[in-house]
Amino acid sequence: MKQQEKEILFQIRDLRTWFPITKGSFKKVVGHVKAVDGVSLDVYRGETLGVVGESGCGKSTLGKSIMMLEKPTGGQSLFRYGNDFKDVTKFSREEMFQFRCKVQMVFQDPYSALNPQKKIYTSFEEPLIVHGIKSQQEREELMSRALRMVNIQPDYLMRYPHEFSGGQRQRLCIARALEVMPEVLVCDEPVSALDVSIQAQVLNLMKDIQKELRLTYIFIAHDLSVVQYMSDRIAVMYLGKVVELADSRALYDDPMHPYTRALLSAIPVPDIHNPKKRQVLEGEVPSPIRKPTGCAFHNRCPHCTERCKTEDPPLRAKAGDETHLVACHLYDAAVSS
Amino acid sequence: MESKELILEVKKLNTTFVSDKKETRIVKDVSFAVKRGTTLAVVGESGCSKSVTMNSIMRFLGRNAKVEAESIRFTAKRADGTAEPHQLEGIKNPNGAEMRALRGPQMSMVFQDPMSSLNPVYKVGDQVAEGLIQHTGISKKQAREQVLELFPRLGIPDPESRIDCYPHQFSGGMKQRVVIAIAMICNPELIICDEPTTALDVTIQAQIMELLKKLQVENGKSIILITHNMGLVAEMADEVCVMYMGRVVEFGSLEDIFDHPSHPYTKALLRSVPVLGLADGQKLETIPGITPNPADLKPGCEFADRCAECTERCRGANIPAYEIAPGHRVRCVQFDHFPEVD
Repeated sequence: MKQQEKEILFQIRDLRTWFPITKGSFKKVVGHVKAVDGVSLDVYRGETLGVVGESGCGKSTLGKSIMMLEKPTGGQSLFRYGNDFKDVTKFSREEMFQFRCKVQMVFQDPYSALNPQKKIYTSFEEPLIVHGIKSQQEREELMSRALRMVNIQPDYLMRYPHEFSGGQRQRLCIARALEVMPEVLVCDEPVSALDVSIQAQVLNLMKDIQKELRLTYIFIAHDLSVVQYMSDRIAVMYLGKVVELADSRALYDDPMHPYTRALLSAIPVPDIHNPKKRQVLEGEVPSPIRKPTGCAFHNRCPHCTERCKTEDPPLRAKAGDETHLVACHLYDAAVSS
Repeated sequence: MESKELILEVKKLNTTFVSDKKETRIVKDVSFAVKRGTTLAVVGESGCSKSVTMNSIMRFLGRNAKVEAESIRFTAKRADGTAEPHQLEGIKNPNGAEMRALRGPQMSMVFQDPMSSLNPVYKVGDQVAEGLIQHTGISKKQAREQVLELFPRLGIPDPESRIDCYPHQFSGGMKQRVVIAIAMICNPELIICDEPTTALDVTIQAQIMELLKKLQVENGKSIILITHNMGLVAEMADEVCVMYMGRVVEFGSLEDIFDHPSHPYTKALLRSVPVLGLADGQKLETIPGITPNPADLKPGCEFADRCAECTERCRGANIPAYEIAPGHRVRCVQFDHFPEVD
């Protein structure tokens, strides 16, 4: 692959976001919810990196940690500035402002992401004021430019959120994120609150905008078919860890981790002539407070061995394909470290 | 229809919501039938009255709803195998004895959101047993025995300790199993599932769907599955009913709908779903526009404004359904050379 030519935008190294569990009146820390537990990823400029997993696997927390909306408890998140990388987790308040101009987020629920009491104009103007665009004329230009990008007429700015449908609202949220001309858009389940027909509209629009502005997307969703449609590369998460990372085509054609296979087979396919044999996973995602020892997936895995129960497999490249990483003992013979 | 008898037959169901100013007709002349032991899937976007239709049959709607129908016939089976028909459209009081005798022992409903359909301050075991005690009048102790028997069948492990738990101690998938248990405890013949897995993960969805299939195969239940997931329809359904803006726009067997989708809305719905393994650069097709406001609809076909194949005739008066193949009905003027059915 031509990975070397691509420019790395984000280098996430061993990122951890743990939430303390406190007890008693002195708030003694008795444990941690390990929502993100040692994630290492590279994000290339102009690509869409999909992040999938069941609910509770830490994908939203990962998105928030990348945005620094949740302060990571460990690890590094390096963002490219020119030819340098700076560690986002150590940014001062001032630097964070700069950073947020470059990285913006779109949230899951468009019904609660816009203030119902304020006109779209007010909601849209605020980020521009915060980021120090003084002249009102310039602000209005930026606002209408962002709205045109999502195919909404600029004169709708004087309306209230309840006057828009769900799909329009999500487009407004995307437009608001685009106002400050970011390089990266972190999208946390942007279409899961929308109807299928509207979902297709928003997904197509997001693809068009990406092409136009050379945006980089980090696309978080639980629906593998949506992620596969959107992404160039996909990271599959389970209990705070990335268990498989591959090009979206490769992930679909040759899923390696048993969890990825189970996820893929659980998706119902609208095809009545080729019914597939479904592999139904037993049980549910264990609590991230008391993670299973060894491989976190071992108690649901159909290929579990004694070794899986004690030893946590590292994320390693598949032999012959540097871009396909998997964390599973099954492939010890086939992978190079 | 085939030799299989019908468990539920609905003819010309109309539901109107009355506000102080005007009346809005939400469900319009809906007719469909469910054969015993099969699954009928009801599909459509949100706001196209899938749930209201089912709630009209179960009479779960508020006092501002008027439910009228030519006929809603529910045929229960007595223990000796003879049929026992009930005409639901004649029942005046939605909370009266007649309706209550049916809801639970004969037909029951599984709701969409397991997080909010359980009462957080009661133990799950008591919530499941409540219906049983109401309908059969057995003692609490006996009811508890039956709940303990039912839980493992629905995949709730360790029933002795789980029966005294509160809903917050359950995960989403487990809560949905409890909701199914509430629907199943009186052993009804017809289960209406209103988007049973929309709030759940795909892996849990697969578990719940396997469970429903098992119940159908082993106990011969009839299921109405409301969903917008075409993948689930392909896996579960025997017959499909496509709804748009309160009307049945297409009704047919699974093969009819997937191999010969005929109404433009059905075709568009099938094409807008992202499918795994789509070729690179392939675009999803979209349905332009949004669902119109049901309070101010133009005459003619409701889908006309969003339809690519719309003609002048679509704007005309009422469009009847045409039977283009045995059991395959489509409400679209393109097929007016086929016989009209109501």
